Amino acid sequence: MSLPPTMSLSPTDAVPPIDAAPLLAVRGLSKSFAGFPALAGIDVTLRHGEIHALLGENGAGKSTFIKAVTGVIARDAGTVALEGAEIAPRSAQEALQAGIATVYQEVSLLPNLSVAQNLFLGRQPMRFGLVREGEMRRRAAALLRDFDLDIDVGAPLGDYSVAVQHLVAIARAVDMSARILILDEPTASLDAHEVEILFRVMRGLAGRGLGILFVTHFLDQVYAISDRITVLRNGRLVGERETAALPRMELIRMMLGRELSEATSEHPAKDAAETAPEAGGAIRFEGFGKAGYVAPFDLALASGEVVGLAGLLGSGRTETARLLFGAEAADSGRLTIDGRSVRLASPRDAIAQGFGYCPEERKTEGIVAELTVRENIVLAVQARRGALHPLSRREQDEIARRFITMLDIRPPDPERPIGLLSGGNQQKALLARWLATQPRLLILDEPTRGIDVGAHAEIIRLIRQLCTEGLTLVVISSELEEIVSYADRVVVMRDRRQIATLEGEAVNVTAILQAIAADAAPLAA
Amino acid sequence: MRRLSSMTTLLAATMLAGGLNAASAAELTVGFSQIGSESGWRAAETSVSKSEAKKRNITLKIADAQQKQENQIKAIRSFVAQGVDAIFLAPVVASGWDSVLKEAKEAKIPVILLDRDIDPAGKELYLTAVTSDSVHEGEVAGKWLAKTVGSKPCNVVELQGTVGASVATNRKKGFDTAIASASNIKVVRSQTGDFTRAKGKEVMESFIKAEGGGKSICAVYAHNDDMMVGAIQAMKEAGLKPGKDVLTVSIDAVPDIFKAIAAGEANATVELTPDMAGPAFEALTAYKSKGTVPPKWIQTESKLYTAADNPQKVYDSKKGLGY
Amino acid sequence: MSLTLPRKGLPQISAFIIVLLINFAVSPQFFDLRLQDGRLFGSLIDVFNRGAPVALLSLGMVLVVATRGIDLSVGAVMAISGALAATLADTQPLPVVLLAALGAGLLCGLWNGILVAVLRIQPIVATLILMVAGRGVAQLITEGRIVTFTSPGLAWFGGGSILGLPVPVVLTASVLAVAALVVRGSALGLLIEATGANARASALAGIETRMTTIAVYVWSGFCASLAGIVAAADILGADANNAGLWLELDAILAVVIAGSSLLGGRFSLALAVLGALIIQAMNTGILLAGFRPEFNLVVKAVVVLVVLLAQSPRLSGLGVLLARRSA
Repeated sequence: MSLPPTMSLSPTDAVPPIDAAPLLAVRGLSKSFAGFPALAGIDVTLRHGEIHALLGENGAGKSTFIKAVTGVIARDAGTVALEGAEIAPRSAQEALQAGIATVYQEVSLLPNLSVAQNLFLGRQPMRFGLVREGEMRRRAAALLRDFDLDIDVGAPLGDYSVAVQHLVAIARAVDMSARILILDEPTASLDAHEVEILFRVMRGLAGRGLGILFVTHFLDQVYAISDRITVLRNGRLVGERETAALPRMELIRMMLGRELSEATSEHPAKDAAETAPEAGGAIRFEGFGKAGYVAPFDLALASGEVVGLAGLLGSGRTETARLLFGAEAADSGRLTIDGRSVRLASPRDAIAQGFGYCPEERKTEGIVAELTVRENIVLAVQARRGALHPLSRREQDEIARRFITMLDIRPPDPERPIGLLSGGNQQKALLARWLATQPRLLILDEPTRGIDVGAHAEIIRLIRQLCTEGLTLVVISSELEEIVSYADRVVVMRDRRQIATLEGEAVNVTAILQAIAADAAPLAA
Repeated sequence: MRRLSSMTTLLAATMLAGGLNAASAAELTVGFSQIGSESGWRAAETSVSKSEAKKRNITLKIADAQQKQENQIKAIRSFVAQGVDAIFLAPVVASGWDSVLKEAKEAKIPVILLDRDIDPAGKELYLTAVTSDSVHEGEVAGKWLAKTVGSKPCNVVELQGTVGASVATNRKKGFDTAIASASNIKVVRSQTGDFTRAKGKEVMESFIKAEGGGKSICAVYAHNDDMMVGAIQAMKEAGLKPGKDVLTVSIDAVPDIFKAIAAGEANATVELTPDMAGPAFEALTAYKSKGTVPPKWIQTESKLYTAADNPQKVYDSKKGLGY
Repeated sequence: MSLTLPRKGLPQISAFIIVLLINFAVSPQFFDLRLQDGRLFGSLIDVFNRGAPVALLSLGMVLVVATRGIDLSVGAVMAISGALAATLADTQPLPVVLLAALGAGLLCGLWNGILVAVLRIQPIVATLILMVAGRGVAQLITEGRIVTFTSPGLAWFGGGSILGLPVPVVLTASVLAVAALVVRGSALGLLIEATGANARASALAGIETRMTTIAVYVWSGFCASLAGIVAAADILGADANNAGLWLELDAILAVVIAGSSLLGGRFSLALAVLGALIIQAMNTGILLAGFRPEFNLVVKAVVVLVVLLAQSPRLSGLGVLLARRSA
């Protein structure tokens, strides 16, 4: 990896002031949503001139943390101190006035206004009640020169690349006398060169004494730029480390691994007869993939088998699940089921083959919040039967009641809008939706995310039970112990390709972590 | 493109015509910037203009502006460039004509406004305006009713045009003035029917109910014939006999009302004549040949038609005009 | 407190009754009925009869809105089908006339549906195209004039009666009944509501969201063409300039009064018709009251505002709060 050309601004040369009080000290920050803790007693310290990476899987609490610090959402408990003085902003605007600026992944500027207008929006240089356009442009150009950005500030922001838009957003934030810059996944949509430019700017700013909190899921970038790392998991603080002293393997363990204890960590001794995969596998994906989405892979699934998909956020787990379900059409490879070649161009095709899919985004892609639990449960069965072959109300009631009892959905009221149920019960209802179709393959993407402890255990119990009944399962989870506890096989992914398959005795947390952390070199060959 | 090519053809044809007719000095060429063809009446005005021109051996070039002032300004400029003898303009709006009319004046081409007037500030820029007087139309309708009912008490229901339209306001004003002296005539209900058949019918239905099944209604006055056609249907469906139990008088004189008059279901209509070009041609030829300067405003006749005017014949003659 | 809907329809039904009572107050003969030429005659009948075209439009619109769409073209489609019916009425047999008019409506709906579901154009933009162009098409058919006809067959759709009830009323009631039977008797209603409330989740559950969306626009086009036939039959002619003009807004208003969210999801066919009737009851009331026409729109706006406020969850929350405090 080549270093950025301009290193003169590097923070390594700058000596941060001796921290009598750290730039930002967050202590005991807590936040619950509807009784479910999203953040529990988080401590984070950001020093002057430091680039601090905030890491964690989806649902770890990174976004909630940023929002609670900047006052976008009200915190339940805890303190936020800026250079020793406690602050309690009630909005992003107030946080900005206090000196904390946040730039989100989706640039929240106005693409139809000029770069200069965006930079000075709401604080335009005025004279006699008129905006001094010329003055504004001069100052905008001068400001961007600091960022090595030589562009026409009179052109609409939307004409420029996302990277430039990010830099403009950062420039605006910094110019508004920000002392702390929070960057939420700023590199997600940038190419390698643009990332370099961004990093150069970040180093320059840190060199001036700014503290930067940097949220990302690209571990290479974390090691390339951050001074220290804080890891969150399930709304809890896992730890705060110096980047240089933290091996990659250890970092991944912090993000994915749990303290090995409790029964869940044991690989269950399965009855060989029960799980013996059918020769050759009944469902075979061969060379399945989509350019720029997931590299072609082979996957053979036998009935009664549970396959875990492991990997870090962004490794292509969810993308694989969507390909398997036809939610994204593959552009290479083929699918055979029981030796027959099968078309898989849409979820309907997949459902026709007896596939089911519980997506990670339960609220936006899973439940239909407005409809009742009953309607949500019968939805897939009804869709498969077609509009003209309706389930009678009695059949619907019967199905709903059976699954509400079987999965212990609470409250056991089939006529309640599902949006009013807790996350765990919504997830159970989604499982019910697919179980009602009597599927042969069920794809579960993070089935236990955002679910309270009790429901969590129940869902794992269900997964185990289902596979003893001959159902094939593909399960994605960031909880490695969980995967280990039920998977017969674990496919490990990185950079949108399958990099390892672990079977039998090899299915354990350490092996998975090693596979994830392994150097990418062998793959390049 | 299509319009351009048709324009060129037109141009070529007129040049040819001009060449052929160069001998007869009395030949006139008139450019007419028409608003568009938004209503049947407008279509009739266009076709009557054509036939009036033909009658007088005048070459008439019509430019359809499709409701846009900019198109009208373009058309006038092109007429000036072609050096026509006069320009007729049916202005789509009242203002914004100063500069283009000045150009015509400098080119010594007289401009005559048809059907609509422009802001008084532009008075010097045109020769004369041929328009009807919508207040007068209302008066003619009111006078007919006053004369017809004599001294008998008469409750009138009124179907107004679109709220805020100047024609509606004027026709109401004229009618009110005409019946002001007849204390036996009272407008008991007045609502807008938006100048349409459907609304005219709906409003009339409710009038009938509100006035005890229509027995107390002596006459209907509608600001246009279309609303009256709807109202006649409403009366028939309510078991009333329009034209006999209930007198009707409306304005415009569109063909369908003559059918109703011929059938004895309507009594009278006041004509908004589509012949604006005729009087304009008269004024123009007098001005050109004898130098007679016409008055600034030529008011068209608001002729009253009743069953005595051979409605079937009028219907037949109007039917083909494009209403 | 349960969020299920025991009170569903209550605001609309009370609003309708209140408007009718106000009409009775301003016009004491409001509820009078008599037979005229074998057809019931009275202001109440007018409300239903005059409300029929908008009621038909809202029966189409309500399903479109349930899929999170909107159909601005219904007024123009009315004009097209009315123009076709009127121009063909005196030369072609009635079945041909009806087929042509309804066929045009179905085609217009299909066009809208394809723009929205296949080409993914925003519904408001997609249907705006036909809203503007459609009226032009209607004017081309009628050559810009009011085309009148005498065919008694077509006229029956406006002026005829069945068991004393005007045909437009019977027609609307039948369309409501058939639609309710089809939509609620089949699974279509559930699939439409799911599609509108969460299109992504519905697609992943295997619902043919694209076909569902096309189907509701085709249905809306069909309803609009029926309304067009009724409107043309009513005045024995097609007035391309004015038929259905701005009625798309009344239809949307009716659907909103019916409590549908413009963001899609739950819908009620019966309440949509009721919404249209509330609007018409207001119109009729204003005409009977003898206000000056300048007040028409103001009165209408105030009543609509009151009906919508009565449905506002925030306001009802406030009501509960006030009730508690006074208790």
